Amino acid sequence: MKAAAFDFVRVKSLTEACDRLVDHAGAARLVAGGQSLLPAMNLRLISPEILIDIGGIAELRSISVEDHVLRIGCMTRHADLLCSPDIALHAPLLAEAIKEVAHPAIRNRGTIGGNLAHADPASELPACMLALEATIVAFGKQGERRIAAEDFFTGWYETALAEGEILSAVEIPLLAADQSCGFAEFARRSGDYAIAGLAARVSYEGNKIRAPRLAFFAVGDRPILAAHAAAALEAASPPYDEAALASVRAALAEDLSPQDDLQAAAGTRLYLAGILLGRVVAQMGDPRPLPRPVRASTS
Amino acid sequence: MSHALSLAVNGERITAQVSPRLHLADFLRETLGLTGTHLGCEHGVCGACTLRVNGEIVRSCLMLAIQAQDANVETIEGLSDSGEIADLQQAFEARNALQCGYCTPGMLITAQDLLLHHPSADRAAIRAHLSGNYCRCTGYHAIVDAIEATGRARMKKGA
Repeated sequence: MKAAAFDFVRVKSLTEACDRLVDHAGAARLVAGGQSLLPAMNLRLISPEILIDIGGIAELRSISVEDHVLRIGCMTRHADLLCSPDIALHAPLLAEAIKEVAHPAIRNRGTIGGNLAHADPASELPACMLALEATIVAFGKQGERRIAAEDFFTGWYETALAEGEILSAVEIPLLAADQSCGFAEFARRSGDYAIAGLAARVSYEGNKIRAPRLAFFAVGDRPILAAHAAAALEAASPPYDEAALASVRAALAEDLSPQDDLQAAAGTRLYLAGILLGRVVAQMGDPRPLPRPVRASTS
Repeated sequence: MSHALSLAVNGERITAQVSPRLHLADFLRETLGLTGTHLGCEHGVCGACTLRVNGEIVRSCLMLAIQAQDANVETIEGLSDSGEIADLQQAFEARNALQCGYCTPGMLITAQDLLLHHPSADRAAIRAHLSGNYCRCTGYHAIVDAIEATGRARMKKGA
């Protein structure tokens, strides 16, 4: 199908984009890469009156390391994240997750800001933001506002962005030398949306897991930090074998109440979440498939 | 709501007036008559409309024509006429890697994208790179064969 008719304006700054959003309150959508927005428009799920294109604002496409924080501009494309040495070193979880985001041609246009603002609960990156304790930067008429990733995703395709605000960047703490991360998902075909997925980060004290952050996706109306399972994992003792993980899996039922849909039943999703948990815990222990960072010099 | 558009298509400078709702694939097919770019699903799933914009593969059903302002667009017609993918096309023909042919332009462009960067890609890498291109005749095995053979031949030639 084709999108319904709409108008189009290209803006040169975030301030101008905010002004336009306010001018067309409720009737405008921002377009970045358009890889989620245009399918929805072609399917006539949404029909905005005007698209505000922020694709020409070059400074929004950036990856930088500042004050122990990795800052990623909203127009940074999935393909940029996949080949960035800074991402590989300081947030290898993102590089691993991006491999499961759609296909190469989509990753060449899709952006991190568009992905997060779209807030698809089956999407990989929102869960990564939770696992990595990211901060979402919202730009508005009053300036910048910082929102913890845990508070940002509020429901099916819903976020904490206010009317007229734009997701301008994300800030992610650099992975510490004692931290490790892991990622796994179930999808019927490569590049499909997941039926269930898990992005995780833990600290290690020797071979003991501390402070695990287990962010599940595609098992609810938003990415979910499994607090009970994390507490059970922290209470468990190494080696993290099937016996040790039994209590963690049992705790998952308190964290997740997945939906039934055409893809899978709720019980299947809960079961798959438990399987993913085992795989990701194994990944995060030795040998570690995701490169561990060299501690950044303090200079 | 008509907007001025200026871009390069297969090396030729084009100017036109377009409606914002017109996606790049329809612009190429309907306005320029370049019907080698095929449309299957029109929501980014099937890969039939894959082409190159500024040297990178994209879905032309998920890019508005107006977003291609100042871009360098290359379609299957351009890649064919320049001879860039002549060996790949020959390998597709030799291995019967096309049946109805509907997915073929997208397959060729996606395969060329992989081989340009990774001529030595193994079968798993080829399958991963092609995972967003559907062949409803299900001739995937022959397609992977043709791409693998082309990559090997290019490596040998380059060595």
